[in-house]
Amino acid sequence: MGNKVLMKGNEALAEAAIRAGCRHFFGYPITPQTEVSAYMAKKMPKIGGTFLQAESEVSAINMVYGAGGAGVRVMTSSSSPGISLKQEGISYIAGADVPCVIVNIVRGGPGLGGIQPAQSDYFQATKGGGHGDYHLVVLAPSSIQEMVDLTADAFDIGDKYRCPVMIMGDGMLGQMMEPVEFKDTDVSDLPEKEWATSGTGMKRKKNIINSLFIEASELEDLVLERQQRYDEIIKNEVRYEAIDTEGADIILVAYGTTARIAKTAMAKAKELGYKVGIIRPITLWPFPFEAFEKALSSGTKKTFLSVEMSMGQMVEDVRLAVNGRADVEFFGRTGGIVPTPKEILAKIVEIGGAK
Amino acid sequence: MTHETIFAGFGGQGILFAGKVIAYAGMLEGKNVSHLPSYGPEMRGGTANCSVIVSDEDVASPIITEPANLVVMNGPSLDKFENAVIPGGKIFIDSALINRKCERDDADVFEIPATQMANDMGLPKLANMIMVGKLIKETQMFTWEQLKGAVTKLVPAAKAAMLDSNIKALEAGYNY
Repeated sequence: MGNKVLMKGNEALAEAAIRAGCRHFFGYPITPQTEVSAYMAKKMPKIGGTFLQAESEVSAINMVYGAGGAGVRVMTSSSSPGISLKQEGISYIAGADVPCVIVNIVRGGPGLGGIQPAQSDYFQATKGGGHGDYHLVVLAPSSIQEMVDLTADAFDIGDKYRCPVMIMGDGMLGQMMEPVEFKDTDVSDLPEKEWATSGTGMKRKKNIINSLFIEASELEDLVLERQQRYDEIIKNEVRYEAIDTEGADIILVAYGTTARIAKTAMAKAKELGYKVGIIRPITLWPFPFEAFEKALSSGTKKTFLSVEMSMGQMVEDVRLAVNGRADVEFFGRTGGIVPTPKEILAKIVEIGGAK
Repeated sequence: MTHETIFAGFGGQGILFAGKVIAYAGMLEGKNVSHLPSYGPEMRGGTANCSVIVSDEDVASPIITEPANLVVMNGPSLDKFENAVIPGGKIFIDSALINRKCERDDADVFEIPATQMANDMGLPKLANMIMVGKLIKETQMFTWEQLKGAVTKLVPAAKAAMLDSNIKALEAGYNY
C-alpha cells in the first residue's frame, strides 16, 4: 500500500502546500473549507511558518499580496462568498505579477448561498472575477490524490510564470476522505526570485511591486508582456483526461467531482450499448481545446454533453471549443444539489435515443 | 468487488468514525476507498451519515444512492434510507433505538440491540463498533484479523486505553 494515509481533502491540501514549501498562510474560516485553516493553524507554528487568521477575506488576500511580493510561497483559501471578497486583491496580485495560490472550495451561490458542493464559480474563476486583462491558472482536481499533486504544481506554475494560481474544488472534495500518498519533493533549493522585495542587502537596486501605471503606453506594454506569459501557459500547462472519445457518439464533459459521477454514468451507459466517452478538463484555464480537436478529428457525428453543478457555465467554453461542428447539450444541478449517475444516464438516453 | 455502505444515525454516535474504520481497513488491504460525510447544520444534534466505498476498482462517484449495505442507528435514518437499499442488500438496525420493524422483505435485515449491549458492557459510547462488527461478519468485507488490525492502527497512541474497549465492542457485534 506504499505510504498511503487516509485524509480529508481540506487537510490533505494543506499538508501538500506545506510540503511544497508554503510557510505563510492567511485565511478566514468559512464552510466547507475551514479545515484548511485549522490544519495550518496547528502545523505552521511547529515548522516556523506563519498562520494568521485575518479579520476578513479582504485582509487575508492583501497579506498574501505582501508575502508573495516578498518572494515566499504563500497561500490563502476560502469558499465562494469569501472568494468574491478577495477579487480586488486577486486583480492587484495579477497586475503586480505576484505568484500565490488561492484555494476555492466552492459552495452553492449566489450571495451567501448554501454550504453544499457546487461548481457555480466557474465564470468567476476562469473569466476574470476581478477587473482588468488578467487570468488565473485554474486547476480542478477530481480526487484527493490529484488535489495533493496539483497543489505542488500550483506553486511551481505560479513561480514560473509569476501569476496567481487557483485550485478549485467543491465541498465534497474538501470534506471527503480518501487515501493519499505524498511524494517527496525537495523544495530546499527553489530558484531565486530576483524581482522580490526581500531586502537589497545594500547590494542591488531596490525592487518595486506595484499595479498602478498611470502612463497608458507603459501599462499597455506590461499587459502585453503578461499576455506573452499567458500564451506560454496555454502552450505548456494545459491538462486534461480523455477516455474513449474517438469512437464515441456522446462525449461527456465534466470536471472535479462531477467528472467522477459522470464516469459512473458512462459505465452504466456502456452496459446499455451507448458509445460514450469523457473529456475531463483538469486546467479550467487554460481550457483544454485540443481535447476537443482530437475528439472531433475522428469525423463521426458527436454530441457533447457538459455536466456541471451549475446552471451551465463551462458549457460556454465547450461551445467555443466545438465551434458549431457538433451538438452541445447541458445537464446540471445547482444550489448544492449533486447530480446522480441516474440523472446523467437519463440525459444520455435522451440524447442517444432509447435502445 | 465493490462494497457500498451507508452509515447513518445522529451526531455523537460515532457514525463518521464507524465509516472511517471501514475505509481505513480497506486502505490497509490495498483497496480503493472513499469516505464521504454529510456536513452542515444537520450534524449538530441532528442526523449524520457517511457513504463508504471499498472497491478493487477505482472509486468513480463517491456518492452512494443505492447502497448494498445500510447501517442505521436511529429512526429517522431508517426512514430516510430504507428504500434506497438495493434488492438483496443488507440492513443493520440498532434495535435498542429503533422501535419499528424494517419494511423491506427483499433485503436481509439484522437487528442488533447495539446501544443496549454497549451499555450493559459498560462501553456506552461504542455501540457504533458493535454495529461495525456485525456488518463485517455478515458482509465478509474483511476478516476479523484485518478489522482488528485496522482499529489497532487507527486508535492513536495517546488513546491506547480505548483500544481494548473498541475491540471488545467489535467482537461483541461480530459474534452476535
